[in-house]
Amino acid sequence: MPKLRVDGKEIETKQGTTLLQGCLDNDIYIPNLCFLESMEDPSASCRMCFVEIEGEKQPITSCTVNVKDDMVVKTDTPAVRQLQRTALRLLLSVHHVDCKHCPANKKCELQRIAKFLKVGLKPKGLERYLQETEIDRNHPFINHYPNRCVLCGKCVHICRRQHGQSVWTFAQRGFDTVISAYGEAGASSLTCGKCDACVKICPVGALTFKDVQEDG
Amino acid sequence: MNPGKNEKIDQKFSAILEAAERRRKAFTETPVPKIHIGMATCGIASGALETKKAFEEILAERNVEAIIHPVGCIGHCYAEPVVIIDHPDSGFPPIFYPEVTAGKAQMLVKLFLGEGDPRFEHILGATMENDLIPSLMEFPRFNQEKRVVMEKCGHINPEDIYDYIAEGGYSTLAKVLQLSPDEIINEVEHSGLRGRGGAGFPTGRKWKLARNTVAQEKIVICNADEGDPGAYMDRTILESNPHQVIEGMAICAYAVGAHKAVVYVRSEYPLAVNIVTKAIGQAEELGLLGKGILGSGFDLEIDVFQGSGAFVCGEETALIRSIEGYRGMPRHRPPYPVQKGLWNTPTIINNVKTLASVPPILDNGAAWYRDIGTENSPGTAIFSIVGNVVHAGLVEIPMGVSLRSLIFDICGGIPNKKKFKAVQIGGPSGGCLNEDFLDTPIDFDSLTEAGAMMGSGGMVVMDEDTCMVEVARYFLDFTQKESCGKCTFCRIGTYHLLKILQRLTKGEGLDGDLELLETLSRDIKAGSLCGLGKTAPNPVLTSLKYFREEYEAHVKEKRCPALMCRALTAFYFDLDLCARGCDACATCCPVDAVFTTSNRKKGVDQELCVKCGECLVACPPEYDAVRKVSPPNLVPFIEKIPDKKEEGR
Ligand SMILES: Cc1cc2nc3c(=O)[nH]c(=O)nc-3n(C[C@H](O)[C@H](O)[C@H](O)COP(=O)(O)O)c2cc1C
Ligand code: SF4
Ligand code: SF4
Ligand code: FES
Repeated sequence: MPKLRVDGKEIETKQGTTLLQGCLDNDIYIPNLCFLESMEDPSASCRMCFVEIEGEKQPITSCTVNVKDDMVVKTDTPAVRQLQRTALRLLLSVHHVDCKHCPANKKCELQRIAKFLKVGLKPKGLERYLQETEIDRNHPFINHYPNRCVLCGKCVHICRRQHGQSVWTFAQRGFDTVISAYGEAGASSLTCGKCDACVKICPVGALTFKDVQEDG
Repeated sequence: MNPGKNEKIDQKFSAILEAAERRRKAFTETPVPKIHIGMATCGIASGALETKKAFEEILAERNVEAIIHPVGCIGHCYAEPVVIIDHPDSGFPPIFYPEVTAGKAQMLVKLFLGEGDPRFEHILGATMENDLIPSLMEFPRFNQEKRVVMEKCGHINPEDIYDYIAEGGYSTLAKVLQLSPDEIINEVEHSGLRGRGGAGFPTGRKWKLARNTVAQEKIVICNADEGDPGAYMDRTILESNPHQVIEGMAICAYAVGAHKAVVYVRSEYPLAVNIVTKAIGQAEELGLLGKGILGSGFDLEIDVFQGSGAFVCGEETALIRSIEGYRGMPRHRPPYPVQKGLWNTPTIINNVKTLASVPPILDNGAAWYRDIGTENSPGTAIFSIVGNVVHAGLVEIPMGVSLRSLIFDICGGIPNKKKFKAVQIGGPSGGCLNEDFLDTPIDFDSLTEAGAMMGSGGMVVMDEDTCMVEVARYFLDFTQKESCGKCTFCRIGTYHLLKILQRLTKGEGLDGDLELLETLSRDIKAGSLCGLGKTAPNPVLTSLKYFREEYEAHVKEKRCPALMCRALTAFYFDLDLCARGCDACATCCPVDAVFTTSNRKKGVDQELCVKCGECLVACPPEYDAVRKVSPPNLVPFIEKIPDKKEEGR
């Protein structure tokens, strides 16, 4: 079992695990949004889980490195915090912050990270830009809220893992990138009515089952 | 594979070479005139197809015998359509004619081919030394170039493999198939060749990594995605001399132990796709590709894959995803493609120019290549130079040449007596440099140090009328649209940069905007997942660093010093110069914003004016009364007399 030093503390981790998982297993929290332990290739897209590792010039994402014996890691340096706070502010700048009406309120990863990094949910300095579509109702059973989504890709991953292919995919490019249910026809055959994997895995409240009344 | 002297390879290749030389001899020795026409995309865009048709028609009509030899691009895009006429019986050397329109084609057939008069006024120069016509080699645009990759471009017919072979093509493959892979890789490593796709990674080292990876199968990919706006070197090379790239791929595949290769080219390059596909077919027919190449034990199959044109698909991991049929999104490296690439197979990806450099290197030796260019960047650099420069086009120069000699000597400087302002190198990943950098040598490290980047070779020259804030906005607009949207910094961060730049160009900049641009840019560079995001802020950071006053003028004074940002400029007519009764500007204004003053001079209705600048062009030079100013409140008040018709109504 590799032993490493994180923030001056000696920890022991499983062999072959990522540095992020190793720290989380040892109750050292590193903000993260897109990582799942089951991923073969971590998508490394949220750019939250930065740490500094001795011997590396720049902060590096801890979900993309495997633990090594004698690794010396710092999770709380000014450079790390700078990147994490900017990433969070960027996410919040395109987020419809309305926690009271969000099903994820109090169990939301964004709230947790904001609290951890001491960043207000409505940070100043950056303009707020929201997508026009507040609710994407294309999926037969599930509504998607682009202005809540952080594009972590977990729903895509979990759906593919459970059903071999994913109902959810990334669509568009650049700032307009969204998660979208392209394979609607296939969606019903994938028994989305019975599976709630994506709704459960979403770290924010961007996927919700259609409320019968609302959808009428 | 058993390297070492292999008679069989030599025999097979000599037979092919003999056939090629026979054809070449017949072609060069016939007294029939030859008309070489540049038929790459740049030529065609300027009308080469019409030119060719005109030649064919007039030759038939007048019953004049001549051979039309379609060739690729010679690199002198400013002169397209380019025609070289070789008329041995006239006593003149082969002559280079620029801008040969259909009419000029007819005239040349009548007068030069028919009567032996080469029409001196239309000549750019002769392609060889002689006593009658100045040689092209007397011009810096020709004599300061050094052609390694593009040596044969514009001289051979890209659709005829024998043309390439007659010029020495594929002899290097025949030679190196008798060497061990390690010998080849060592030679490439010693040559110091660095990847021409942007980052400048040592090619020999990459090949060695691939060679040392143990795997059942390996794949070679030629990266011809070329998505930078304004860059077209790779397209031109594929269209002008595809076989040199194919030969380089075959050598690479043999050296690393691959039996499959792919040319990844964007589908927006239909001509390149056709020409490469045809070239691969011809090489297979002659046994230069396929099973048991030239009788050796080496097999190689090359496919062409057409990308759908996303800029990010030029990034190697996204390129691989896109061949696999997924959305082209980059992934974290390591693992590098050399470890785990296409279909999880070790994959070696090189740029078109990198691969095309390989045959000349192995033909002439590493030491020869090292003699060209600089210590750390040996060889040549190929740029597509566009913008405010007299001789735009493709230029291949030894590394280490200064920006000044490239722009002013080789490319003829800035047109219209304007002043040089900036040069943007490396496209959307690169930077804008000011005149302080004109003496910077062009090589990988010097450009990176200056904050620009070699990139894949796009270069835009800008004169004093260019606004650097607008230039930065243009590039950010591009990268933002081309971002794959995967990671936070690039997807959202570049959008904020773009929005801030947009408001600066509209005169809506806020205090603190410049600082915000800087901190965001730095975080985007440090935080992004792939090269696109990591370099996207470069145009902002460099222009902000080297042209800061210009940014400040936009924020603090709402002024665009280059008079380019429409919202920050206005037109008016200097009443001392404006000619009474002249109507030139009024008739050309598309929105009727020009009115007549009480003493029959002109004024601009600022409310109506769309700032197209038509009046500036229309005003006769002897009056030169139109003034463009920034900020708009510098416009003097000129009274508009109420429209009589309206009054009467
Ligand atoms: C956004 C982006 C776009 C790229 N586009 C290209 C391209 O069009 N052509 C190319 O050869 N390399 C491109 N690259 C670089 C490739 O990822 C890769 O480094 C290169 O093809 C390796 O070849 P080389 O070693 O011969 O330079 C791009 C990289 C990034 C990050
Ligand atoms: S919907 Fe939820 S799980 Fe899916 S990408 Fe968006 S935030 Fe992630
Ligand atoms: S940096 Fe941009 S292009 Fe690269 S992975 Fe991130 S979002 Fe995609
Ligand atoms: S958890 Fe590492 S980048 Fe998202």
